[in-house]
Amino acid sequence: MSVRYIVQRTAIFVLVIVLAVTVNFAIPRLIPGDPVEQQLAQLSATSSGSMSIDITAMAQAYREKFGLDRPVIEQYFNYWRDILRFEFGYSLSNYPETVSNSISAALPWTLGLVGVSTFISFVIGSLLGGLLAWPRIPRVLRGFIPILMVISAVPYFLLGIILIYTLAIVGRAFPAGGAYTFGSTLRFDLQTIGDILRHAALPATSIIIAGIGSWALSMRGMMISVLGEDYIKLAQAKGLRERRIFLWYGMRNSMLPQLTTLALALGYVVSGAILVEVIFSYPGLGYKLYQAIQTKDYFVVQGIVLMLIIAIGFALYVMDLIYPLIDPRIQYERA
Amino acid sequence: MSDLTLKVDNLHVHFPTPAGVVKAVNGVTFTLRQRERLGLVGESGSGKTTTALALMRLLAPPARIPHGSMILDGVDLLALSEEKMRQARFAEISMVPQGAMNSLNPVMRIRSQFVELFQAHGQFTSSSDIDARIASLLEQVGLNPSVAGMFPHELSGGMKQRVCIAMAVALRPKVIIADEPTSALDVVVQRQVMETLGRVQEALGATVILVGHDMGLMAQFVDRIGVMYAGRLVEVGPVRTIFRTPKHPYTQMLIASIPTLEQKKLFKGIPGVAPSLLNPPSGCPFHVRCDQRLEHCSRIVPDSIALSPDHWVACHLYPKEEHHDQPA
Repeated sequence: MSVRYIVQRTAIFVLVIVLAVTVNFAIPRLIPGDPVEQQLAQLSATSSGSMSIDITAMAQAYREKFGLDRPVIEQYFNYWRDILRFEFGYSLSNYPETVSNSISAALPWTLGLVGVSTFISFVIGSLLGGLLAWPRIPRVLRGFIPILMVISAVPYFLLGIILIYTLAIVGRAFPAGGAYTFGSTLRFDLQTIGDILRHAALPATSIIIAGIGSWALSMRGMMISVLGEDYIKLAQAKGLRERRIFLWYGMRNSMLPQLTTLALALGYVVSGAILVEVIFSYPGLGYKLYQAIQTKDYFVVQGIVLMLIIAIGFALYVMDLIYPLIDPRIQYERA
Repeated sequence: MSDLTLKVDNLHVHFPTPAGVVKAVNGVTFTLRQRERLGLVGESGSGKTTTALALMRLLAPPARIPHGSMILDGVDLLALSEEKMRQARFAEISMVPQGAMNSLNPVMRIRSQFVELFQAHGQFTSSSDIDARIASLLEQVGLNPSVAGMFPHELSGGMKQRVCIAMAVALRPKVIIADEPTSALDVVVQRQVMETLGRVQEALGATVILVGHDMGLMAQFVDRIGVMYAGRLVEVGPVRTIFRTPKHPYTQMLIASIPTLEQKKLFKGIPGVAPSLLNPPSGCPFHVRCDQRLEHCSRIVPDSIALSPDHWVACHLYPKEEHHDQPA
């Protein structure tokens, strides 16, 4: 692997991060509405006038505390300084919780649920798609193709609602929401793990099923074009076993574009499957992001979006680095 | 010329389509002796490649072989189980592919593509032994043994085709089918590749079937030529005879259409187009374009008759009676 290639890719990755941080800084400040005043207005509404609150003075105090009274350019540099120290500030809606705390509490749930289900969905979907393109499979299996097309068009949150209704509310086989039984303490034992898996089953199923269709369809398309290649014909002529041709000629070559998509999908995992997490009230990043957007919690939104951008950038960076290893035709030097 | 190696008898290949059955190969009969080189020539769609693929039983579904037999050293390939046929491929009857550029798996090193071949045929012994075999095969086709460590995209078209030739002879097959092995290469490389193919074939004592439409290449390489038209073999004979005294009107027109350096006159093509294999013309399939057509040509399909023990033609111009009775 040439040093120049790695340096080049790393530079691009850093550039993406810099741009992302900048855009991330700018966008929430372009949204109309003042978060401090909004928060205080809510507060004064709930306290129903029993306390005498000087809204203007309080707003001023809060603005100073969060640094929102400074010139934009200064805010920008402060923002950079904080990010490099992994300080994303305080949550506006759950003050005094810090954004880093908030994110690190939610991240493992999302990585576990969405990351694992995305990967399972990818594996099953790609294998299924590859098989569906293979000429010598039972005709019955081909009936799957229209089913997959329908499934790939059904959004995963809709599947989630159906699953909740049938298996949680009517069937009572699985919990309807949450990541673990409410009030239980999380320890590293079999009971806790079982509880977590039971809670993850329905959201994971909806993500897996909803993903399989599109993975399978794109894999099937690739496989069909690969099967038309001359090297497949020669592999058959060589008398290779069918399994070998399927895996090492068909799947191996069709997989290349799929892996790029997988890298992107795994990058997106950080933002969680927002709607699935909301429906299942799963305490992941997606749910957190949803809440933060609703309460105009600038700093949390910024923190999560930044995480998302870094994760996607990082996934693509890693993909760039390993792609020449999985496809020898891509050369480090020329990229 | 010794024993018969391959005997193809009355081979038919049908492709069922929504519009009807396409008869791509329609009663092809020929035999091959050991070490012999047979050329199959004909227009696009005349069934040359389909015949070649049928010999390896590599026709993709829905193609069917409703009649015929293909006997290789006493074994009817059409009667073999799928697994036995798989084992026979490359071990008994191998192939040099048409598209040299894309015939190797782009993500595997050349060495691995040899190794999997030996493995598939239970001939994998030890790594060092296999490496030595690969090196000697590569040397045999004029390549440096270091090519084994390379990926296909690092090789030129000619080098890839040499790798394919080395693979085709790796298991010492009795028959090698070369389906337009040089169609993707320039003429200089073409010549080198054909010389390599000829050399390894002679070293091996194998039989070659060369499929193509390059008459110049045929003249230089093969011993006998079979001319195909509309899924039928219309004339088979020694290469000199075919070039000097072609008998079938189609062969005559084919030979007349080859441009030469001496002749300055406008060279002649063959009028008309190849017939539809879905609704072939009645009688002799060539009668529509034939300039020596007889009255019954459009009604009766001509049988193949021997003009000499080695020269067969399927045409009504040559009366049946005084000739031999079995195609040779």
